[in-house]
Amino acid sequence: MHVELKNINKHFGKVHANKNINLTIPSGSIQGILGENGAGKSTLMKVLSGFIQADPGSEILLDGKPVKMNSPADAIQYGIGMLHQDPLDFPPMKVLDNFLLGIPGSFFPNRKEATQDFILLTQEYGFLLDPENYVDALTVGERQQLEIMRLIFLGVRLFILDEPTTGISASQKEKLFSTLKKFPEQAMTVIFVSHKLEDVESLCDRVAVLRAGELVGEVNPPYQTKKFVEMMFGKEVTLGDKQPTKIGDTVLAMNNVALEDARLKIKDINFEIHAGEVVGLAGMEGSGQDLFMRACAGLVRPVGGKIQLKGQDLSGKSYHTYKHAGVSFLPAARLEEALVPGLTLTDHFILAEQPKGIFIDKPAGEKLAEERIKSFNIRGTPLSNVESLSGGNQQRAELALLQDPLDLILLEHPTRGLDIESVIYIWNKLKERCKQNTSIIFISSDLEEILQYSDRVLVFFNGKISNPLDANKTNVKELGQLIGGKGWADEEGSHA
Amino acid sequence: MTQETLLIGLAGVLAAAAPIVFAVLGETLSERAGVINLSMNGTILLSAMGGFAVAYNTDSLVLGFLAGMLIGALVALIVAFASITLNQSQVAVGFVLALTCRDLSYFLGSPYMNVPGPRLASMPIPILSDIPILGTLLFRQDAITYISFLAIILCWVWIYRTRPGLMLQGIGEKPAAAFIRGANVNLMRYVYTVIGGALIGLAGPAFSLGVRAGWMGTISGLDGFGWIALSITIFGGWNPARAAFGAYLFGLLQWLGLVLQPVLTQVPSQVLQVAPFPLMILTLLLVNIGNAEWVERTLAAMPERTRKFFAKLLRAMRASPPASLGVPFERD
Amino acid sequence: MLKSRWSGLFFQLIALVLSLTVVSLILLSIGASPLNAFSNMLTGSVGSTRKIAEVLVSFVPLLLVTAGLLITFSAGLWNIGVEGQIVLGAIASVWVFRIFIDSTLPPSLIIFLSFLGGMFGGALWAALTGLLKTFGGVNEIFGGLGLNFVANALTLYLIFGAWKREGVASMSGTEPLPDSFSLDQLGELRISPTALIVAILAIVFVYFVLNGTYFGLKLKAVGKNFRAAYLLGIPTWQYSMYSFLICGALAGIAGAVQVAAVYHRLIPSISSGYGYLGLMVAMLINYQAIWAIPVAFFFAALNIGSIQLPIVMQLDSSLSGVLQGILVLFVLLVEGFRQKFIKRSSQT
Repeated sequence: MHVELKNINKHFGKVHANKNINLTIPSGSIQGILGENGAGKSTLMKVLSGFIQADPGSEILLDGKPVKMNSPADAIQYGIGMLHQDPLDFPPMKVLDNFLLGIPGSFFPNRKEATQDFILLTQEYGFLLDPENYVDALTVGERQQLEIMRLIFLGVRLFILDEPTTGISASQKEKLFSTLKKFPEQAMTVIFVSHKLEDVESLCDRVAVLRAGELVGEVNPPYQTKKFVEMMFGKEVTLGDKQPTKIGDTVLAMNNVALEDARLKIKDINFEIHAGEVVGLAGMEGSGQDLFMRACAGLVRPVGGKIQLKGQDLSGKSYHTYKHAGVSFLPAARLEEALVPGLTLTDHFILAEQPKGIFIDKPAGEKLAEERIKSFNIRGTPLSNVESLSGGNQQRAELALLQDPLDLILLEHPTRGLDIESVIYIWNKLKERCKQNTSIIFISSDLEEILQYSDRVLVFFNGKISNPLDANKTNVKELGQLIGGKGWADEEGSHA
Repeated sequence: MTQETLLIGLAGVLAAAAPIVFAVLGETLSERAGVINLSMNGTILLSAMGGFAVAYNTDSLVLGFLAGMLIGALVALIVAFASITLNQSQVAVGFVLALTCRDLSYFLGSPYMNVPGPRLASMPIPILSDIPILGTLLFRQDAITYISFLAIILCWVWIYRTRPGLMLQGIGEKPAAAFIRGANVNLMRYVYTVIGGALIGLAGPAFSLGVRAGWMGTISGLDGFGWIALSITIFGGWNPARAAFGAYLFGLLQWLGLVLQPVLTQVPSQVLQVAPFPLMILTLLLVNIGNAEWVERTLAAMPERTRKFFAKLLRAMRASPPASLGVPFERD
Repeated sequence: MLKSRWSGLFFQLIALVLSLTVVSLILLSIGASPLNAFSNMLTGSVGSTRKIAEVLVSFVPLLLVTAGLLITFSAGLWNIGVEGQIVLGAIASVWVFRIFIDSTLPPSLIIFLSFLGGMFGGALWAALTGLLKTFGGVNEIFGGLGLNFVANALTLYLIFGAWKREGVASMSGTEPLPDSFSLDQLGELRISPTALIVAILAIVFVYFVLNGTYFGLKLKAVGKNFRAAYLLGIPTWQYSMYSFLICGALAGIAGAVQVAAVYHRLIPSISSGYGYLGLMVAMLINYQAIWAIPVAFFFAALNIGSIQLPIVMQLDSSLSGVLQGILVLFVLLVEGFRQKFIKRSSQT
């Protein structure tokens, strides 16, 4: 299938997620789409798969004919199928039912016939899936294979794969790639969306790079990693002067810590952070940095090893114990996890003081709120409900809620979606904390932010953790490669 | 007790449970699509009264049952509209309707209090009713009981064996995934809530024109069955067959209460009649406990073999609701 | 414009008008005059001092229950089990009376103890719902409903079993308690000033807890965002349990009032549906304690005003329930419309 995208624009409110994108994908090719988080890849793919509609004036042409798709079901009719990063399937149901669901046919599906079809198809592609198994017993890779089978059976001729190599094993990835490489022979087209340079390089015939909603360029083989990194993250900027940090005593120490969640396992973490130090965690979302941070906060219980705070053993203790011991965690989902919609700024400041006694001293609370609002430059009044504040002001409010003194502040995406003025302001506030011997660990997908404000950097990739890198000695290019899974040969194990 | 009286007693249990069967089937369909219809207790009363009034005035049992279904469907439509279109809490709207419909039934039903009216006669099926044991048990019932048997089978087949039923499972489980497979999620939620409501509405006349013929207002003893049916729906794990089993189990317990009365003279009969209610809580606890967080934590700390044993045990008892139950769906 | 406080009031007025219209239509459909019915309900509730006293008798337990429910609603909990909590309060208070039936202690002390017993009984029953939710994974709605049935079963067991009247056990309840165990009355009127004061104190207490204490603020945080409350350092499930205990205690007092001031014995369905009615009041006042007194009084007036409908107009007294229910329903629906308009106008 020959695909042409013409002048694709998409606004979400004020956010311009896709800016005038023009892209032609010849029939029978494997097209790579590369870009960092928030570059507009997902939006573009959702438009192409009918999940959302682009702004008026945008055009999609399939084999030369303009088409209009109002739903994913329409897209399937046109032969476009998408494999979502989090598989959109039904875990408590059987493989066969998942396969059947959405496939048109007789009122009573013939399960025997469907089983045969399914087995034939899996044999043709060399997959091993038991139709009677339940989906929640499958690995992510197997669920992906099931979706591929389903889409092929539906007659899909344009496959869109969104970050398909996240969370699957090496052998499953190999299998996936060999399957995809066979598709062009059958005039099927593949769009492969990824941030993993190596995957894109080994699979794709051509690669388009998106940055900040724009198509920055297309690259043909032979690929140069350096070029990709430059296109994805922009030109390297000269950094402002950094003041050398005085490194103090060890604050948090991890000894042979092992972490696990449904997707990832991280083994043998050995890591120390010192008073006044800032450590940035880099990596694509879901590479393990969030798990690492939540373990530091006491929200995730390590399955092995020891976590100590200033020499006190906290392994296996609750989040509240960590909090009382001087660790504060600011989650990225502000209105979901950090703030309470429906309560005012004053309410939040009162709550954060960990008050003793019975009656609220309202005048004192409002005075406190006014002070904090002023010193943190929050645009709002003591009686503003937090959900009425803008994102930047919510973030400032989160910072203003932090106790004093603290040993360790953990921040998830502290400046995501904020204007530059807020970013500088927030980091000034944080750096003041560092001078008072508070250490900071933060996650960011903005490499410049990481280089600018960290003393050391840890890079995460698929549950692996790099050695701590001196932020003064590394650069966007090195980080970009590590994030994309390159240059890890000497990084085996995760002795951070 | 002779075998014959035992069989007749059990056949009576099947008939007496028919209204609850309809109610749990209706609620199961509605919740499968993701909508909790908490109005059930009021709906049953209002449709019992309405069905009886219509049958009394038209002298047509069929019209009485249809009126009950219509009432149930309309009440369900309000729940669907308020929750799907207006984004209000399903629990709040359902609860208010449960009370309002109950009072409305008492208010509008007062002219029909204790009025003798039409009722279903038993309708033995020729040949089949002569089968030993099964004949007495299953085939000497009234029409609505036969329909209740059919409804169980139909609902089960619909959900587990037909293509639209497969999609229904999908809608309740993960609406976004059903959507990319071509489902119009909110429309289907409307449809199943209304159909489920019609089935719940059938429960009313099944009482007032069948097993508890007539309308007796507050002393009908119907108040409360809707809440019981809600618990049985959970016990049934959103599977029509298991839900119907729950309804029969409940009926059996009530019947045992009556049968055992002469034996257990020291226990007041009124107490035996309500004995199944505490048992319902216990079953709810067994069904739900696997969902509690501390259980998972305790299990994780157990040695491998013990853990596997308990995990298996819990999984067999456990009923997990459709993952999107009560969660509104909006595409992006 | 739509977001302002006045528009909220305006929309509530629309809801009131709509619900009166619908109830009028229902009345017309059965050939009754709506005006006649409404005026009968008005005179039947506030037409004389005696009637107002009757309304207050109904107002006291309703206000107590509403006060308790405001606490659980603030914690984000649907305490539908409040009916059973009233019943257990009544049972516990009767139990206390039975223990002290031959005692020489001053009756007022015994009545005080019976109130404490009622609080304890209600709180215990609420704690069961809370435990089922926290440790059994049973949603509080279903746990609460089940426990309501158990509470009723327990009442029946006591009336027909353990506490049955000599000779004739019947649905009329247990043996009446001695007159000395009755709460004070205001002259000839049935209303007990003590009960009224307790109820008013309860709602004032709840108002201050919710609006002036750290406890109330934390409770609201838990109710509005469980996850964020936990991350802010609030022990979340413990706060859920506290809210159940407080609500149960207040519902238990309502049960004790039903015994000491109204029925003077244990009867079946002694809760008189005040639990469910309290849920409706709480929904109608949008969980704002300050409105609880007028709205609870209004609902109580509807209940009492409808009592004479069967005699005067041959209408069933459940009309009050219909009116209350339809009113709350329309308030919910109209609020849904308002939010939809706000959303739409903010998008364009």
